[in-house]
Amino acid sequence: MKKVYPDAAAALDGLLFDGMFIAAGGFGLGGIPELLIAALREAGTRNLTVASNNAGVDGFGLGVLLESRQVKKMISSYVGENAEFMRQYLSGELELEFNPQGTLAERMRAGGAGIPGFYTATGVGTVIAEGKEVKSFNGRDYVLETGIVADLSIVKAWKADPSGNLVFRKTARNFNPPAATCGKVCVAEVEEIVPLGALDPDSIHLPGIYVHRIVQGAHEKRIEQRTVRPRA
Amino acid sequence: MPWDRNQIAARAAQELQDGWYVNLGIGIPTLVANYIPEGISVTLQSENGMLGMGPFPYEGEEDPDLINAGKQTITELPQTAYFDSAQSFAMIRGGKIAMAILGAMEVAENGDLANWMIPGKLVKGMGGAMDLVAGVGRVVVVMDHTSKHGESKVLKSCTLPLTGKGVVSRIITNLGVLDVVPGGLKLVELADGVTEAELRAATEATLVN
Repeated sequence: MKKVYPDAAAALDGLLFDGMFIAAGGFGLGGIPELLIAALREAGTRNLTVASNNAGVDGFGLGVLLESRQVKKMISSYVGENAEFMRQYLSGELELEFNPQGTLAERMRAGGAGIPGFYTATGVGTVIAEGKEVKSFNGRDYVLETGIVADLSIVKAWKADPSGNLVFRKTARNFNPPAATCGKVCVAEVEEIVPLGALDPDSIHLPGIYVHRIVQGAHEKRIEQRTVRPRA
Repeated sequence: MPWDRNQIAARAAQELQDGWYVNLGIGIPTLVANYIPEGISVTLQSENGMLGMGPFPYEGEEDPDLINAGKQTITELPQTAYFDSAQSFAMIRGGKIAMAILGAMEVAENGDLANWMIPGKLVKGMGGAMDLVAGVGRVVVVMDHTSKHGESKVLKSCTLPLTGKGVVSRIITNLGVLDVVPGGLKLVELADGVTEAELRAATEATLVN
């Protein structure tokens, strides 16, 4: 079965439906699946629930799907960079489920690993634990969180081989591996597809078993906070 | 004169011990990296997936694939390691990070911390703060002692939604250093030129001896 598709629209063909649940990789604008997000915008799929650490910025990343009102609900840990997000949320147009960042990452990892729930001390005694089971282990309280299984995962990697093995670059790895594993189907966009055998099998970050479709393309890779130091 | 932001950061840097893995929050905590004492080697964790965070890049050398948890461009060091977000929070939750230095909107005498949301007003999110305060060995808060309107941010109990319950060990403000102890807060140190009366006047929390 061929995993390589000619473009992002083709890579998503047949996978999209209104009301679906999507897990997306990326942290801020780092390592986001920008080509697949653009293709989702073009496809016009609506009432999406999206699990992603952040919600992009106005006009880029997941921000474009907020502007087009395709998102019904976000599951995120931090949305502070997006004015449109805040406007839709405060006016009640957009649902938001805040997850602590590590809880969100572990919910994805657990979902992909066949673990339906796990206990964590994160959020005990806060609004995050309200309505959830709390259990004591060795004298400390932990809250029960559930694994996430998404209809579709969209992720961004640096390199892939045709079998779907992925390699990420620096901090652009972030949520991409856990997000990839928690989808019933995972589509990965990459900067370069290299021939079989070109990746060192000992240095693969995510094995191809988790990756069903791959598309190569040029990435804008926008910088959110450009910080520099003076040359001495 | 109360301490300024850099002096608060410099004082917080005195908390660091050789060999520690440390997570610094956004704002004043980020400045702590500029004041790590001579002879002390600490490894900075950035919760988006990096150990061994280096300084900001020289102009023209920014890499969009290399950012910190505040989304700022940074650099790597010879000992740098990258990993995914699940691994990053496994080391946080697993207690491998010795200390987190974080900012706060409010802190209470029982160690409660609020730093992630103002209901109806500010919707940003907790990011990794809830995981950090629940998982790391020791939590030090750096903040201004009072709000812009002069109201104490060092309280008997927090009014804002909590980030963590009973998680703060030490508070470093522009007026001094306080420890969370049974029954309230204990004055450890006054900022240069600040009197105990001035600190007490700016503190709503119970001060104990």
